[in-house]
Amino acid sequence: MARTIIPFGPQHPVLPEPIHLDLVVEDERVVEARPSVGFVHRGLEKLVEKKDYQEFVYVAERICGICSFIHGQTYCQAIEAMMNIPVPPRAQYLRTVWGELSRIHSHLLWLGLMADGMGFESLFMHSWRVRERVLDVIEATTGGRVIFGSCKIGGVRRDMDAGAIRNTLSELEIIEREMRDLTRVFLNDSSVKRRLSGLGVMSRQEAHELGCVGPVLRASGVAQDMRQLGYAAYGELEMEPVTRTEGDSFARCAVRCEELFQAASLIRQALGKIPAGEIGVKVAGNPTGEVIMRTEQPRGEVVYCLKANGTKNLQRFRVRTPTFANLPAMLKLLQQCELADVPMLVLTIDPCISCTER
Amino acid sequence: MNPKQTLEVIDLNALLKGVSALRARGARLVQIGATTLPDKFELTYSFDVEDGLASLRVEAPREDPRVPSISSIYGCAYLYENEMHDLFGIKVEGMALDFHGTLYKTKVKFAFGQVKAPAAKPPSAPKAPAGEPALAGVA
Repeated sequence: MARTIIPFGPQHPVLPEPIHLDLVVEDERVVEARPSVGFVHRGLEKLVEKKDYQEFVYVAERICGICSFIHGQTYCQAIEAMMNIPVPPRAQYLRTVWGELSRIHSHLLWLGLMADGMGFESLFMHSWRVRERVLDVIEATTGGRVIFGSCKIGGVRRDMDAGAIRNTLSELEIIEREMRDLTRVFLNDSSVKRRLSGLGVMSRQEAHELGCVGPVLRASGVAQDMRQLGYAAYGELEMEPVTRTEGDSFARCAVRCEELFQAASLIRQALGKIPAGEIGVKVAGNPTGEVIMRTEQPRGEVVYCLKANGTKNLQRFRVRTPTFANLPAMLKLLQQCELADVPMLVLTIDPCISCTER
Repeated sequence: MNPKQTLEVIDLNALLKGVSALRARGARLVQIGATTLPDKFELTYSFDVEDGLASLRVEAPREDPRVPSISSIYGCAYLYENEMHDLFGIKVEGMALDFHGTLYKTKVKFAFGQVKAPAAKPPSAPKAPAGEPALAGVA
C-alpha cells in the first residue's frame, strides 16, 4: 500500500505546545511517527555558565510555565543537598502546599485541553473556570499566578499567616466540590468513555520498559510516585500512589482526576500540621560536588543533575523532564493508530514541550 | 530525603555489560546526561533500582567522541542518545532509531559541546559623523 507523510504540528489546533511529527500513514493508519523538537529551545542548561547558582533559581522556575514552582523547588533541593543546608520544617510544609496547588492547576489545565481536543467545549470551559479559583489561591498566597517566585535556596520567601491558611482551606472546600462535579462528567459521560476507553493501551511491562513516568506509568498499574521518597513534607503526610490497571487513555485521565483529590488531601494535611518557626536560613559559600535530585511533577518524575566545583557558577545543570521520558511511549502509541486518534494520543501523555526544550 | 544514590565510574568498553546487568535487575532507565569538560566528555547513565538510584559513568574524548548505543538493551534510550548527538556532537553508534541530527532544531550546531560560551564583545563606540570631532572619552 502506498505511504503518505502527513506533517502534524508544530502549529495545530489540539497542540498546546510546539512539537512536529511526521506521520507516515498507509490509508488512515499511522505506521510510523517521527518527531522533531527544538522550536523553542532556549539553552537554559547552558545559561548556568553565566548566572550564579543563587540567581539560577529564577531561571529554573521559568523552565516551565505550568509546573514552574516544582522546578524551582527541585533546583533548590539539589543545591541544599549539595551544601548540606538544613531547611526549616515550616518552609518544607509551605513548599508542599504550593507544589500540590501547582499539581491541581496543571491537572485541571490538562483536563480542559483534553475536553477541548474531544470537542467537549463546555467541559473545557468548566475545567478552566475551576482552575481560575486555584490560581486565585496561588496569587493570594504567593503574589504570582504562574511564576510563584516563592522558593529560594534555604527555604521560602513568603509565609502564610493564620488568616491565609484559613482562607486557603475554605477556598479548597469550594474547589474540591467543583472538581467533584467536573470529574463526575469525565469519568461517567458516555462520549468521553467511548472516545478514550481502549485507546492507546500500554501494558505494565511496556510502560516500564519505555521508561514512562507519572500518571502515564501509574495508569498502567505501576505504583511509583517520587513523592514517596519523602522530600519536602511528604514523609510526614499520608499518601498512596493513584493507579489504574487498564493502561488506556481513559485510565490516564482517571488517574489525573483522582490525583486532584489526593493533592487537595495533601494540602489539607499539610496546613493542618504546619509547624511554627522560621521560613528560611541564610546561605553562604559556593556549592561543591554532584547531586541527582528527583521530585514528582504533575507530569511525573523530573530529574535534576547538578555538578559544582566550588565557584559561583555550576559546572553542569541538566534537567530530564517528565515529558521527555514519556515521548518514546507516545511514539509507540502512535504506531498503528487511526489518524483521527493522533490528537488524543498526543494529549494523553500531557506533553509539555517547552519544559522538554528548556 | 534523597534516597541511596550510587555512582560507578566504568570503562567505556564495559558500558554495555554494566547496563545489561542493571536491566537484568529490572532497573528503569531514568536519564542519560553528558557534561562537557575541558579535556573530555563525561556521560552519566542513571537507573531507578529497588533501593534508590544507580548511575554509571563513562568518559569519552573531546576529539571524535564515540560511544556505543544502549538502545538494544533499553529501547527508549534512543531519544537520550539522539539528544546527546544533537546538543553535544557525541556520535552514538548503533542507535535503534537515529534521527541524524534532526531531533533538535538549534541555531548553533552541537551548542553544548563547547566548554564555555565565547565572551560577548564590548559594544563598539558610536562613530562620529564625518567632519565632526569624536565625543570626549570615546575612542
